[in-house]
Amino acid sequence: MDPIPVFAPASPLAHALSALLVGVFAVLVGIFLLVTTLVIYMIVRYRDRPGAPEARQIFGWNALEVTWTLIPAGILAVFSVFMVAADRAADPLIPPGRKPDLEVIGHQWWWEINYVASGAVAANEIHIPIGKSILIELKSADVIHDFWAPELGRKIDAVPGHPNTLWIEADAPGTYLGTCAEFCGVEHAWMRFRVIAQNEADFDTWQRAQLAIPPAPSAPDALAGAKLFADKTCINCHSIAGTAGNQTVGPDLTHIASRTMLAGEAARNTPEELFRWLKQPDAIKPQSHMPDFKLTDDEAHQLVAYLEGLK
Amino acid sequence: MSQIVEAGVAPALVASEREGLLAWIASVDHKQIGILYMISAMFFFLIGGIEALVIRIQLLAPGLHIVSPETFDQMFTMHGTTMIFLFVMPMLTGFSTYMVPLMIGARDMAFPRLNAMSFWIQLFGGIILYFSFVAGGAPSAGWFAYTPLSEKAYSSLAGVDYWILGLACVGIGTLAGGINFVVTILCLRVEGLTIRRLPLFVWMTLVNSFLMIFALPLINAALAMLLIDRFFNAHVFDPAGGGSALLWQHYFWSFGHPEVYIMILPAFGIISEVIPVFSRKPIYGYEFVAASSVAIAFLSFTVWAHHMFAVGMSHVANLAFGVASMLIAVPTGIKIFNWTATMYGGRIRFTTAMKFAIAFLITFTIGGLSGISFAVFPLDWQLTDTYYLVAHFHYVLFGGSVFGIFAGFYYWFPKISGRMLSERLGTWHFWLTFIGFNLTFFIQHVLGLAGMPRRVFTYPDLPGWYAMNMISSIGAFMLGISVLLLLWIVFDGINHGEPAGDNPWDAWTLEWATTSPPPPDNFDRVPPVHGRRPLWDLAHPDRADEVMAKL
Repeated sequence: MDPIPVFAPASPLAHALSALLVGVFAVLVGIFLLVTTLVIYMIVRYRDRPGAPEARQIFGWNALEVTWTLIPAGILAVFSVFMVAADRAADPLIPPGRKPDLEVIGHQWWWEINYVASGAVAANEIHIPIGKSILIELKSADVIHDFWAPELGRKIDAVPGHPNTLWIEADAPGTYLGTCAEFCGVEHAWMRFRVIAQNEADFDTWQRAQLAIPPAPSAPDALAGAKLFADKTCINCHSIAGTAGNQTVGPDLTHIASRTMLAGEAARNTPEELFRWLKQPDAIKPQSHMPDFKLTDDEAHQLVAYLEGLK
Repeated sequence: MSQIVEAGVAPALVASEREGLLAWIASVDHKQIGILYMISAMFFFLIGGIEALVIRIQLLAPGLHIVSPETFDQMFTMHGTTMIFLFVMPMLTGFSTYMVPLMIGARDMAFPRLNAMSFWIQLFGGIILYFSFVAGGAPSAGWFAYTPLSEKAYSSLAGVDYWILGLACVGIGTLAGGINFVVTILCLRVEGLTIRRLPLFVWMTLVNSFLMIFALPLINAALAMLLIDRFFNAHVFDPAGGGSALLWQHYFWSFGHPEVYIMILPAFGIISEVIPVFSRKPIYGYEFVAASSVAIAFLSFTVWAHHMFAVGMSHVANLAFGVASMLIAVPTGIKIFNWTATMYGGRIRFTTAMKFAIAFLITFTIGGLSGISFAVFPLDWQLTDTYYLVAHFHYVLFGGSVFGIFAGFYYWFPKISGRMLSERLGTWHFWLTFIGFNLTFFIQHVLGLAGMPRRVFTYPDLPGWYAMNMISSIGAFMLGISVLLLLWIVFDGINHGEPAGDNPWDAWTLEWATTSPPPPDNFDRVPPVHGRRPLWDLAHPDRADEVMAKL
C-alpha cells in the first residue's frame, strides 16, 4: 500500500482527482513561495538600521492594486475550468435507467453491503471485479456516515433519508483501504472497510461462495456454538443464512470466516481475536453496540469454533 | 493647526464610587468590560488548550486507550466550541470593546449597559456549557453537532442541551455587541474622523459587526429548532420522522462560514495597525484593504455549502459554491499583498508584536491557500474530514486569528496596563509559538493526505501515521509551554514592566493620544483629526497626510 493514497490512484476516477490535486498544489506552492520571498525580502532589506533616514511615506498605487486583483482572479478562472473537467471525470453522470451494482448502508459502526443483482451479502469487505465501473447506492441506517476509499474514487456522505450514489472502480487486483470519514459517534474510528478488487473469475468464485448456504457444523464444539448462537440471542441482531437469524442490526455472519478483519477493522479475524471480541467486546471496541454476554471461556471457544467454520 | 477639539458627543460619565470586585462586576466602562472579555477569553484559552493536549496525548501512538472514546469525543467537541465561541470571538470583541471608543475619540460605547450585558451573557453561556461536565456529561457530537447524531436518539445525555443553551447565550451577547459597535462607530466619532479616515481596526470591527448581526440569528434559530426537536420530538432535523438531516447543515454553515470571518476580520484589523506602525509608514492601499473586507463580508454569506461538498449536492450547486468560495481568495490576496507592500521602503522594528504580524503573513497565507484546495470541490472530495482539513483551519484560526491576537496583545498591552512587556521574553514566546505551531499542524496536512480521518480516538498503524502523530503531539506540548511562558510574561509585565508612557511605539491613532492606562473618561481633549493618522499630522504639521497623499 502506498503511504499517500490520494497520490496513488488505482482507478480512472481517482486518477482525475490526483492529477487535479498535483496541478493545484503546484500553483499554490508557487504562490506561497512568491509571498514568502516577498516578505523575507522586505524584512531583510528594510529592517531598521541605526542612522537610516525616515521612511518615505507611500500611500499606494492603483495600478498595482488592479494587478494583484486580476492575476489571482485569472488563476482561479483557470482552476474553475479544470474543476469542471475533474468533476465530470471523477463523478460521471449516471446513464438513465442504470441500476446500482451495490447497495452500501452505513450503520453505527459497520458497513452493510448488498449485491443488487445477485443478492449476495457482505459486511465491511467489498469485493469488486477489476476494470468495471461499479455504481454504489449509499444509504444510512442511523446517523450520517461517509464512504471513502481514496485510491478508488471520491468520498461521499451516507445521509439518512437522502440516498447518494457514487462510482468506484479498480484498475488492478489488490486490497484498497477505506474508512468512514464523517464523525458518527463513539466508535467512528473503527468504522473502517476494505475493497478487495479481483479479476473477473476470482470475483465470480467469491460471489458464488458468498451465495451458498454454509454447511451445518459437525464437530461437537461447533454444534454447541451454533446452539449458543441462538440461545444467547446473537440471532436477534445477526443473520446467518440457513438459520433463523435474519436481522441486520449487526453484520451478516454467514461467511464471517472468509473475512480478514473484525469489528470495523478494530481486530484481525483470527480465532484468538474473535475469542477476545466475544468475551470482552469493550476491550477491542469500547461502547460499540456488541453486548458483553459474560460468556464462559468454554462458551466463547464453542462460538469461535462455529463462526470460524462459516467460510 | 494646534487647536484642540472637545471629545466625542457621549456625555461624561460619573466615575463609579464602587471599589474592588464590585467595581468590575457592576462596571459599564468599556475599558473594564474589554479587560473582562480578555481575562475570561484567556481563561477559556487555557481550558481549551488542556483539552487539545488530552487529544494529542491520546493520539501519540496507534491503539492507545488513555482516555475513553466518549471522553475523547467530549474533548474535541469542547475544544472546538471553546476556542471559537469562548476564546477567539470574545478576545477579539474584548480588543474592539477596549479600543474602538479610544480610536474614534469617544468616551464610551454608545450603549454602555448593553455592552455589560453582552459580556456577562456570553460568559454565562460559557459557564452553562461547562456546567454540562457535572450535569451528566459534556456534549460529544462535535462543535457543529450534525443531526441526527445530535438528536436525542443518538445523544441522549444532556450535554447537547447545555451546548445549545450555552451557544444561544453567546449568540445573544454577540448580536447585542454587534449592534453596539455599529452605533458607536457610526454615531460617536470625534469631529473630523470621517468613515474614510477610520483606523483600519475600527473599519474591520464595523464590517465584523454587520456579520455578527446577520449571522448569529441564523444559528440561534437553528439551535431553537434543535432544542424543540430534542425536547418535543418536532422532527425538524430527524429523517426518521420526516425531517431533514441536511437542513441543519445548511442553517449551521450559513452561520458558520460568516463566523469564520467574524474570527479573522478583527485580526486583519490588528495586522493593519501593527505593520504600518512598526514599518514607520502608512498602510499601503488603505481603500483596498477596507473595501476588500466589505467584499469578503458579502461573499461570506454565499459560500456556506462549501462545507457540504461531500453530502451529495447537484453538480450545479457544487460548481456555484466552488466558484463563489474561490472568489474569496481575491480580496484576501489583496490584503496580503498590501500588508507586504506596507513594509516596502520602511524602517522595520522587530518588536514582538511585529514578529507575530510578520509570522501571520506567512502562516495565514498557508491557511488561505490550502482553503483554495477545498473550494476546488473535486479536491474537497478527497481532502475534507481528514487531518488535512484540521491543518487547514488551524492555519487560519491559529496561524491567522491567534497570531493576530498575540500581535494585538503585545501592541496594546502598554496602553491597557501602562507597562511594557519584556521584549526578551516576548521573543522567546514568539519563537516557541511559531515553531510549536508549525510542528503541530504542518505535518497534519500530510497525515490527511495519507488518509487519516479527523475525530478518530485512535487509528491503525498504517505507514507513517505513528511518526506523524508523534511529531504533531510534540509540537502541541511546545505550544503548551509557550502559553505558560505567556502567563509569566503578563505577570512579569504587570509587576515589573517599565512604565509605558502615552505612546511607546510612536503610533498615530487616537488611543495613543491619552494616558496609559487611559482615565475613566478616556480624553479631556482630542487632537484635531484631518486625516487617517492624527498623531502623525500633529507631529509633522508641514507634512500632514492630506498634503502627502496629493503629491
